[in-house]
Amino acid sequence: MNLVEFINMGGYAAFVWPSYVVALAVLIGNVVAARASHRRAVAEALRRAQGASS
Amino acid sequence: MWTWFHKLASPPHFYRVAGMLIPWFGWPAFILIVASLYGGLVLAPPDYQQGDAFRIIYVHAPSAWMSLFIYVVMAMSAAIGLIWRMKLAHAVAASCAPIGASFTFAALATGALWGQPMWGTWWVWDARLTSELILLFLYLGYMALRASIEDLQRADRASAVLAIVGVINVPIIHYSVVWWNTLHQAPSVTKMGAPTISTSMLVPLLMMILGFTLFFAAVLLIRVRGEVLRRERSAVWIREALSA
Repeated sequence: MNLVEFINMGGYAAFVWPSYVVALAVLIGNVVAARASHRRAVAEALRRAQGASS
Repeated sequence: MWTWFHKLASPPHFYRVAGMLIPWFGWPAFILIVASLYGGLVLAPPDYQQGDAFRIIYVHAPSAWMSLFIYVVMAMSAAIGLIWRMKLAHAVAASCAPIGASFTFAALATGALWGQPMWGTWWVWDARLTSELILLFLYLGYMALRASIEDLQRADRASAVLAIVGVINVPIIHYSVVWWNTLHQAPSVTKMGAPTISTSMLVPLLMMILGFTLFFAAVLLIRVRGEVLRRERSAVWIREALSA
């Protein structure tokens, strides 16, 4: 199969590719957001633990 | 069995085990998603009616499945947290909401991108689409309710009630295409008897659904670890868990 044909998606490129971009963005966004949320929780917990010891 | 269960539910133990489990869900999810992208975009033949536009199914149906599955996990965890006053269950429920909302958004957006070429419209107010939109508002309402209550325990309990009441929407979404006359096509995978989809089209779809589900498990564990920390008041184990 040639590449131009593949990218063209039988004339539906304008609908197929954006939907894959949306899905991949949601997947990547989930990983980034979950990691950020965990990092925030760690920072807050450490601050609390420090406050309790002093 | 019960001692094992109680041990798992203890925050320090859970925090450690969850940390170890994340790559065991994350990497298989990654491999499955990449493989089914290839299977769905390259190996599967074009549909005889929809041409290549049908390939949107490989991101649309798994997203829609996740939007429902995550809601059920969230409502069940909320119920367990409410009944047995289990902090870990509340932590799971709270972690589900943003992930579920994101997949609901993906299902709606990819659905619109599929609806335009097939039905000639991005959106119709039919039963399936409207009930899925309500699901998005349920997730967002749940998150807004949690954010509006300062005290974590009260936020857990109040939002749990909302999550449990909202679960009524899940069977409505699932059966909407059967109960009402809608533009949305009937399910092609879960139909009784033989699925109405050929094997080379079906296999990447099932792989993608499994991949998304494992992906959810990995992301959920990352978030729950954070939520467990937020509920933890014991400085001793926080220092222990985070220094290790």
